Amino acid sequence: MSQEMTLDPIQGQLEKEPAPEIVAKAAPKKRSQWLEVWSRLKRDKMAMLGLVIITIVVLAAIFADFIADYETVVIAQNLSDRLQGPSAQYWLGTDEFGRDIFARIIHGTRVSLMVGVLSVAIAIVLGGGLGAVAGYYGGKLDNVIMRVMDIFLAVPSILLAIAIVSALGANLMNLMFAIAISSVPTYARVVRASVLTIRDQEFIEAARAIGASDFRIIFRHIIPNCLSPVIVQGALGVAGAILSTAGLSFIGLGIQPPEPEWGAMLAGGRQYLRHAWHVTTFPGLTIMITILALNLLGDGLRDALDPRLKH
Amino acid sequence: MTEQMNTQDLLSIEDLSIVYEVDGETTYAVNNLNISLKRGETLGLIGETGAGKTTTALGIMGLVPNPPGRIVNGKVIFDGEDLLQLPKEKMRSVRGNRISMIFQDPMTSLNPVMTVGEQIAEVIQIHEGVSKQSSFQKAKEMLEMVGIPAARSGDYPHQFSGGMKQRVVIAISLACNPDLLIADEPTTALDVTIQAQVLDLMKDLKTRYNTAMLLITHDLGVVAQVCDKVAIMYAGEVVESGDIRDVYENTKHPYTKGLFGSIPDLDLTVGRLKPIKGMMPDPTDPPSGCKFHPRCPDATAMCSLSEPEPVLTESGHTARCFMLQAMAEPLAAQKPLTELNRVQG
Amino acid sequence: MSDTILEVRNLKKYFDTPKGLLHAVDGMNFVIEKGKTLGIVGESGCGKSTTGRVILRLLDATDGEILFEGKNIREFSKEQMIRLREDMQIIFQDPFASLNPRMTASEIIGEPLIIHNKVKSKQELSERVAELMALVGLSPRLVNTYPHELDGGRRQRIGIARALALNPKFIICDEPVSALDVSIQAQILNLMQDLQEQLGLTYIFITHDLSVVKHFSDEIAVMYLGQLIEKAPAKELFKNPSHPYTKALLSAIPSIHLDHKMEREALKGEITSPVNPAPGCRFAPRCQYAVAECTAREIDLKEINEGHFVACAMVEKG
Repeated sequence: MSQEMTLDPIQGQLEKEPAPEIVAKAAPKKRSQWLEVWSRLKRDKMAMLGLVIITIVVLAAIFADFIADYETVVIAQNLSDRLQGPSAQYWLGTDEFGRDIFARIIHGTRVSLMVGVLSVAIAIVLGGGLGAVAGYYGGKLDNVIMRVMDIFLAVPSILLAIAIVSALGANLMNLMFAIAISSVPTYARVVRASVLTIRDQEFIEAARAIGASDFRIIFRHIIPNCLSPVIVQGALGVAGAILSTAGLSFIGLGIQPPEPEWGAMLAGGRQYLRHAWHVTTFPGLTIMITILALNLLGDGLRDALDPRLKH
Repeated sequence: MTEQMNTQDLLSIEDLSIVYEVDGETTYAVNNLNISLKRGETLGLIGETGAGKTTTALGIMGLVPNPPGRIVNGKVIFDGEDLLQLPKEKMRSVRGNRISMIFQDPMTSLNPVMTVGEQIAEVIQIHEGVSKQSSFQKAKEMLEMVGIPAARSGDYPHQFSGGMKQRVVIAISLACNPDLLIADEPTTALDVTIQAQVLDLMKDLKTRYNTAMLLITHDLGVVAQVCDKVAIMYAGEVVESGDIRDVYENTKHPYTKGLFGSIPDLDLTVGRLKPIKGMMPDPTDPPSGCKFHPRCPDATAMCSLSEPEPVLTESGHTARCFMLQAMAEPLAAQKPLTELNRVQG
Repeated sequence: MSDTILEVRNLKKYFDTPKGLLHAVDGMNFVIEKGKTLGIVGESGCGKSTTGRVILRLLDATDGEILFEGKNIREFSKEQMIRLREDMQIIFQDPFASLNPRMTASEIIGEPLIIHNKVKSKQELSERVAELMALVGLSPRLVNTYPHELDGGRRQRIGIARALALNPKFIICDEPVSALDVSIQAQILNLMQDLQEQLGLTYIFITHDLSVVKHFSDEIAVMYLGQLIEKAPAKELFKNPSHPYTKALLSAIPSIHLDHKMEREALKGEITSPVNPAPGCRFAPRCQYAVAECTAREIDLKEINEGHFVACAMVEKG
């Protein structure tokens, strides 16, 4: 270590700087904090199980067309093979129109995932934005925003969704919109709560002291620090949205036949429950396993993101 | 009989080692610690963050969280009995009764939904098996003793200020007339004028009841005002210990000297402080040899190679440093410390 | 005076609380000269931190004037304030809470440079950050570490580097070493002293630790419940403390000298509430020398020695 240094603020105790070129190489790369979260998540067996199942579901959605042709297998009726049990030809049996249930479940993942992910994304943007504004500025604005959210929360979310879909008509877009709207208040609350705690931290004051604008403070300092609860809520929210989609479809307000959707399949097989159990059981199991997987992942993420576990 | 009681150690910790094991990483929190304390004596345990002070206290109380904590070896002999060998049930009757503890933060060590009177009475009921009524009576007496009017026994903790809460905590800890009081940074969270009042109170009560006290702190001034003996901890080891006057006025270990150089002295005006260079070593990867050698201004090659043994420099005053070992060779004759202690005792 | 950098006149900050009006800062007056350090001491709740934040306009004052280089910054526009941030900075107490946990050391130190457009390229930014890190004694290999990976001393060095990034003239240090271990505390104090000499900085040093403030300050102001009760050059204050509260405060410090057993100045009860305070001396309810006069009128600071001001009715009489 070099002993000659012009500045020696603490009596030679410093790690003295080597020449700058060496420095550039010696300095470790900026390590993403997400990598740390991932390494913690990896240790959680249940969360990993959830992640594996979700990956399979996602792959199924992507490659659905390779697994079964939409026009000829998924929606084409084949009345001669109706209500057949599981077999080598039809792995999970056929429904009341003779369509392969396995193929329909695979194609059904597309709708479920799309509605699940997109509606949560819409809800996070809307709810998160409102919550951040309410939490950061406080006062009257906070009051107005949060009371409107309270009114939304006072209506059962499924009822709200039913009302929106029945008013606007049953199609995919309206379905997503309805589910998103009904979960906006949840995200607004989550984001507002964490903004409130972060807003009073000293590093926000420090940012203000160096002259940072409100915009910069919100986007650079507050939002990155409240992502964790939103991510957890989001993972659980996708599960909720998939369930709502299935529920709305079940009562005929969601995806319309013949398009395959898990909830609609469940509804269709309902009348044959006694002599063709597989028509309802497999879509039902699919919904259950997917929701379970998302919840496991959500719980795992909550633990992995929890800063208290950081030492 | 009583004569003998007085000269015997009330608490004697021998070669205590405690580790924490997290994710395959071992943190050496306390390493071969030796301290002893007689009835009525006050020992100041001084160290910085991560020196292992609190872990030592938890070790004595049998409260080291397991997992991740584990007592690797050593003895905690309290009044002739090794506490580490006691069954859980028996240890529970020692805790709060014969040994009690005061924690740093009075805000979190009181239950917010119980009145202070109930909290003091609870300890008395558990350990003395007296009636509810007489335990409440005693609780009121205890409050008066720590300078809080008995009329406030029905108040909840949030109705008290920080200093008053710490008084309540002290009342709880003294409720069963313990032989040993362990106080972990009892005044750190308090303002200086309140700290002075609480220290006065503790000093006064200690002499009145002849209670031995282990005072854990980072504040050299607090120790100077309250303690008879002192042990300086660094990286899980006691680096210097002895009579307070010996350690403060005839400082031997470079770390202790460094500590004194780091604090501004009110009676002197110095241009600059003389801090210890560097920082505490990583407890999962302690340096070889003397743990202090990377920060020591007087370190030699030998210091990084082997670990110095505690050396007795004068009656009861020990320090763990090779420089002393060389000088003290004829006196100590390389006897292990425990033996020397016994000779002393 | 030409070398006055900051003057505070009748500074007040009240908070509306459910219990009433909290007089956090109540009529502070002081002057700081360029290159000097003013220590503000007091116990928790005396308003010392609020004073610092009001001077920086992180909180808006209720009344009074804050003259920085002769201009009343309370009348500054938003744009003027942003420019003023280059001259006035703050170092916080808690080196953990004051650093954004999602930003690396270099991002934190570089942020003021980006906000104020002080650098033209990424290259220049990283050079300037490296300079600042060297200045505060941070090893260059720490550029990409996050605050939680560092110890308290190093975190505080990051906070200091951030405060220095814009070349300020004046820094408010709010308990900068209270959260640190003694050996690290001394390192940081020495660093701050060196920086002051090198860069000609002016400090307000806010602390509850009297031995630190004595070591560090040219002048010391003692606060009690929002008011200045005594102000004097550091040595004078310790040699000749005149306000009963200052005496009590000084006598309560546990000395490291064994033969210096504390001779405590008696102090009754605990700090009272600054909500709707009674008129007159706020220390009177705890003061053993209090007489009727103490609460009959407002007691102002009076000069009793050169540069030594005390607000006490008894001292006034002599």
